[in-house]
Amino acid sequence: MTENGPTAAGEPLAGPAGDEAGADRRVRVVLVDDHRMFRTGVQAEIGDTGRTGVEVVGEADDVDQAVSVISATRPEVVLLDVHLPGGGGVEVLRRCAPLLGDPENPVRFLALSVSDAAEDVIGVIRGGARGYVTKNITGVDLIDAIFRVRDGDAVFSPRLAGFVLDAFASTDAPPIDEDLDRLTQREREVLRLIARGYSYKEIAKQLFISVKTVESHVSAVLRKLQLSNRHELTRWATARRLV
Amino acid sequence: MATTAPGAGTRHVPAPDLTEPLLRKLYRSAEGRWLGGVARGLAGHLGVPASWVRILFFALLMADGFGILLYALFWFVVPLGVGGVDAERHGLIGTAPGPDGRRRLFARKPDKGQVIALIALIIGVGIFVESIHIGRVADSYIWPLLLMAAGVALVWRQADNARRAQWAEFSRSKRVLPVARMAAGVLLVCVGVTGIVVIQGSAEHLGAVLQATLAVIVGLALLVGPYLVRMMQDLSAERLMRIRAQERAEVAAHVHDSVLHTLTLIQRNADDAREVARLARAQERELRAWLYKPEGTGKDEEEAPDTLAEAVRRTVAEVEDHHGVPIEVVVVGDCPLDERLGAQLQAAREAMVNAAKYGGDGGPVQVYAEVEGRTVFVSVRDRGPGFDLDAVPDDRMGVRESIIGRMQRNGGTARLRSAPGGGTEVELEMERAAST
Repeated sequence: MTENGPTAAGEPLAGPAGDEAGADRRVRVVLVDDHRMFRTGVQAEIGDTGRTGVEVVGEADDVDQAVSVISATRPEVVLLDVHLPGGGGVEVLRRCAPLLGDPENPVRFLALSVSDAAEDVIGVIRGGARGYVTKNITGVDLIDAIFRVRDGDAVFSPRLAGFVLDAFASTDAPPIDEDLDRLTQREREVLRLIARGYSYKEIAKQLFISVKTVESHVSAVLRKLQLSNRHELTRWATARRLV
Repeated sequence: MATTAPGAGTRHVPAPDLTEPLLRKLYRSAEGRWLGGVARGLAGHLGVPASWVRILFFALLMADGFGILLYALFWFVVPLGVGGVDAERHGLIGTAPGPDGRRRLFARKPDKGQVIALIALIIGVGIFVESIHIGRVADSYIWPLLLMAAGVALVWRQADNARRAQWAEFSRSKRVLPVARMAAGVLLVCVGVTGIVVIQGSAEHLGAVLQATLAVIVGLALLVGPYLVRMMQDLSAERLMRIRAQERAEVAAHVHDSVLHTLTLIQRNADDAREVARLARAQERELRAWLYKPEGTGKDEEEAPDTLAEAVRRTVAEVEDHHGVPIEVVVVGDCPLDERLGAQLQAAREAMVNAAKYGGDGGPVQVYAEVEGRTVFVSVRDRGPGFDLDAVPDDRMGVRESIIGRMQRNGGTARLRSAPGGGTEVELEMERAAST
C-alpha cells in the first residue's frame, strides 16, 4: 500500500515520511500488544524518531494498562492489537471513548492484527478504530498508515476492504436507514480497488478523481461502518462465526 | 431412585466377565439393532444373518414365553459393544456382508426398525398371553408382571442409549426426553409392583407399607444423597480435566509435528531467504487453518474444495508454495463451484504463476475474487516490470491460450492491463452456470 508502488529497497525508509522531512512531522504513538517481541520489533522498525518522525511514548500489554497509559500520555495514534488479555482491542476502545471524540486533540486508533477473523476486525473498526493493517505490513507502510490516521484519514488494508465489501454485500434485505447504510456505487468501486491492492494514487488515476476524493470516499465508508447500527451487520458477523 | 438406575446399568459392565469364558466376547450390537441389539450381537457372534436369530427368538416367544426370558437375560447380562470391540465385530460381520450392510443403513434412519420390532413384540406378547392358561391366580399376575417388564425395558434401553452416547460423545443431547422416559419406566414398575401387592390381598396394609417405604427412601436419600452429589461433581470435574489434558496434548502434538519441524528446516536453510520465507508462509497458512477453522479441517487438505472461495485460496496456496512468492488474497462472497468457474480458476492460476514468475520481485502478488450476483470476478495483479502484450511473439501461448483463450472458450472474458514498469493486472470475468 505504498504510494510509490514497489518500495525502492536501496533507500532506507524514504517513504512519504521522508518527503516532508523531520522536525515538523512528528507523531506520538502508543503501542498496545501483548507480545513483547512484537512490540520490540515494531519499536525497532518505526521508533527511530529522527528518521521516521514517530515517537513511541508508551507501551502496554493488556487492556487495563493500555487505558491508563493512553490517558496518561495522550498520544495522537494508538497501535492497537485486536487480541488482548482483558477484553481485547474493542474493550480498550470502549473505555477510551471520551478520548476518541475529544475535539482538541483526539486519540486515534489503528488496529494491527494477525487475526484472520472478519468479525474481530470489523468489531474493532465499529468500535471506533480509524483503520486496520495486518502485522506483516512493512515498516514504511506502517509509518505511512500512522501519519494518515493522525491526519484524520481512514486506512484500509486490502483485506479490510474485502471484509467490508462482504459485510455490506451480503445484506440483501432493504436497510433500515437507507442514507446511512448503503454504500454508494463510487464507494464500492473505491473499496474494490483497495481490495485489489491499489494505492490511493492509483485509484484516483483509475477513476479519474483526485486523491482527496478517494480519501473522502474511504472516510465515508468508515463512518458508515462505525455508525451503522443495523442488525444485518451483526447477523453477518454471527453467521460468519458459525460457518 | 431415578438416578441409581443408569448407575446400575454402567456399574454392570464388569459383570459379564463371569460369562465371558463361556461365551467368548459376545457383545450386543449398538448399530442396526431393533431392541437391545441382542439378536444382532448373537448373529454377529455366530456368523448367521440377524433375521434368523430374530425369528428364532420370536418362535421361542410362542413356546411359553421362553424367548422373552432368554432375550431379557441376554440384554441384562451381555454388554453393549462399540469402541474397543469394533474391529472384531466388523470382522465377524464381514462373514455376512449382504444383509448386514443393508441393515445398518436401515437402522441409521430414524428407528423404523424399532417401531416394527415393537409392533411385532406387542402382537407376539398378545398371542402369548392369550395362549397360556396356567390358572386364574397366575393369570392375574401376568399383567402386573408385563407392566414391570415394560418399565424395566424402558429404563434399560435408556441406559444403553446413554452409554452409546458416551462413546459417541453426544453429551449435549436433550435432557427432557431421557428424564421422561425414566419416569415412565419407574412408574410402570411401581404400578406393576403395586398390582402384585393388591392381587396378593395385602391391600389393606398398602397404606402402611407405602408409608414405611417412603420413610426408608427418604432416610436413604438423606444419607446417600450428599455423597452421590459429591461423587457426581468429582466425576464431572475429573472428566473436564481429562478433556483439557487431551486438548493440550493435541495442540502439543500439532505444534510438534508441524511448527517445530518447520523451525528446524528454517534454521537449516537460514542462508536461503526465499526458502525461509516459503517455509514460514506455508507454516503460517497451515497453522491458521488449523487454529481458526472449525473442527480440525486443517488436516484433510486432500479433499477437493467445493466452493469458489476455498478453491481460490487453495490455488493461491499452491502457487505460493511452488514459487515462493507471497500472494495476498481477498475473497468477497462465495458460491459453489461449477465447470465454468473451474475454467476461470485454471486461468487465474496461470495468471498467478505468471505474476509470481515475472512480477514477484516488486512485492506481493495481489489476488482478488468477488462473487456478485451471477458474475464472478477475479483479478490477479503484480507490481513487476510489466510487459507489452502486443510485443509478445505469437508462438508464446501462455497468456493467449491459457488465460484469454480459455476464458473465451468457456464464455467469459479476460482483460490484460500491463504497462512496462507499471506491473500487470489480469481481470477475469465469468458468468456462473445457469442451473442453481
